[in-house]
Amino acid sequence: MSMLVPFGPQHPVLPEPLQLRLEISDEQVISAVPVIGYVHRGLEKLAEQKDFVQDVFLLERVCGICSFIHSMTYCMGIEEMMSLSVPPRANYLRVVWSELHRMHSHLLALGLLADSFGFENLFYQLWRVREHVMDAMEYTSGARVMLGTCCIGGVRKDINKEQADFVLRKLSDVEKELRTLTPVLLEDYSVKVRLVGVGRLDPKQALTDGAVGPTLRGSGVSYDFRSTGYAAYRELEFSPVVEKGGDCYARTKVRINEVYQSISLVRRALGHLPDSELKTPLKGNPSGEVAVRAEQPRGEVLYYLRANGTDKLDRIRVRTPTFANIAPLLHMIKGCALADVAMIILSIDPCISCTER
Amino acid sequence: MRLFSIFKEIVINVLKGPSTRKYPMEKREPFPGVRGKLSIEEDKCIYCGACARKCPTKAIQVKRQPEKEWRFERFRCILCGYCVEVCPKKCLSFKDRLEK
Repeated sequence: MSMLVPFGPQHPVLPEPLQLRLEISDEQVISAVPVIGYVHRGLEKLAEQKDFVQDVFLLERVCGICSFIHSMTYCMGIEEMMSLSVPPRANYLRVVWSELHRMHSHLLALGLLADSFGFENLFYQLWRVREHVMDAMEYTSGARVMLGTCCIGGVRKDINKEQADFVLRKLSDVEKELRTLTPVLLEDYSVKVRLVGVGRLDPKQALTDGAVGPTLRGSGVSYDFRSTGYAAYRELEFSPVVEKGGDCYARTKVRINEVYQSISLVRRALGHLPDSELKTPLKGNPSGEVAVRAEQPRGEVLYYLRANGTDKLDRIRVRTPTFANIAPLLHMIKGCALADVAMIILSIDPCISCTER
Repeated sequence: MRLFSIFKEIVINVLKGPSTRKYPMEKREPFPGVRGKLSIEEDKCIYCGACARKCPTKAIQVKRQPEKEWRFERFRCILCGYCVEVCPKKCLSFKDRLEK
């Protein structure tokens, strides 16, 4: 006999409210129905009421983790509509801040995953490592999360020599401390027994369901929007991190390796910062429509923008990576034990505030 | 597969002591350039209202009639710094702390 168990919206392992209505039979999940809408804030509608420059600050607040990448994607869309070219230094600085965001997001997600299977010590240690990245962001931008450094046509702040050295010092600390924690995350018995083989997603299913980000790359599909070379990724020779397992362990491994990759990208970007202007002056209002994509820590984000030649946009639509990953999540959960549901949810690194905007 | 691989780290952490500060007795110095509380030098201000027009959250109100007045609602402010950027007289700035 099956019974219905509501998982969330208030659940100790969920950082944000997501409900999954689980149909279970003898502790085994038969099916899951997601219920979202607990933190809907109406940001898309609000963005239509502000002017297109104020929207940069508003859309940065869509997500509290990958805020810079949201504002950058929006700016990339407006720049495409207005045919603005971004100066090379601004592109490099955008990569630096994007990768710092990716690092802190992945460290946060790994910590929460450790917390979900009761490994409190690892959770706190990963979050302590994350503080170095937060310091790097605070010193370079003036804020810990809402950097406010991206603007249409470039960036609003520069990173000087002293700040770049500070960031590099902090990255060395992150790398050193993470190297001591990586064996725990990847080799420890208590981690492996909870993650290996749990929540399997085969590559074909992942592609059919439209999985993005580490969820897709953990299933062995080499797809990362950074490979297209937006901002300065082309010059920095980026190649995606891919793992073949398709389970929670593979997705965790992708995140750990992406933190190392981000460290190397920031080092290369700061080492080759070109000398140029920081932004191209903005004239007039945008018109037309554009769909623009970028790679966030959780996957690919899509912005659809439609402008009418005035200072207010007609429509802003955001498709966030967690929304794309909910369909694959339902497949992963099917057939798993009730005790593994928490890990499977956290292995896609859900950001519900993003999803509902 | 290893058992108790975190054990070495636990011993190191126990010997090193806490990573956190004893706040509020011990406070961290803010980084230079941190966006804290917004402040204005009113004698330099020409009450043009550029900051009020550009503010994304309408946290600033500027009046020229009947008396010149610059008002700021601190709890609406999102510390984006757009007003500081657009001020023609550069009379707006951020303090490096929120509490002062």
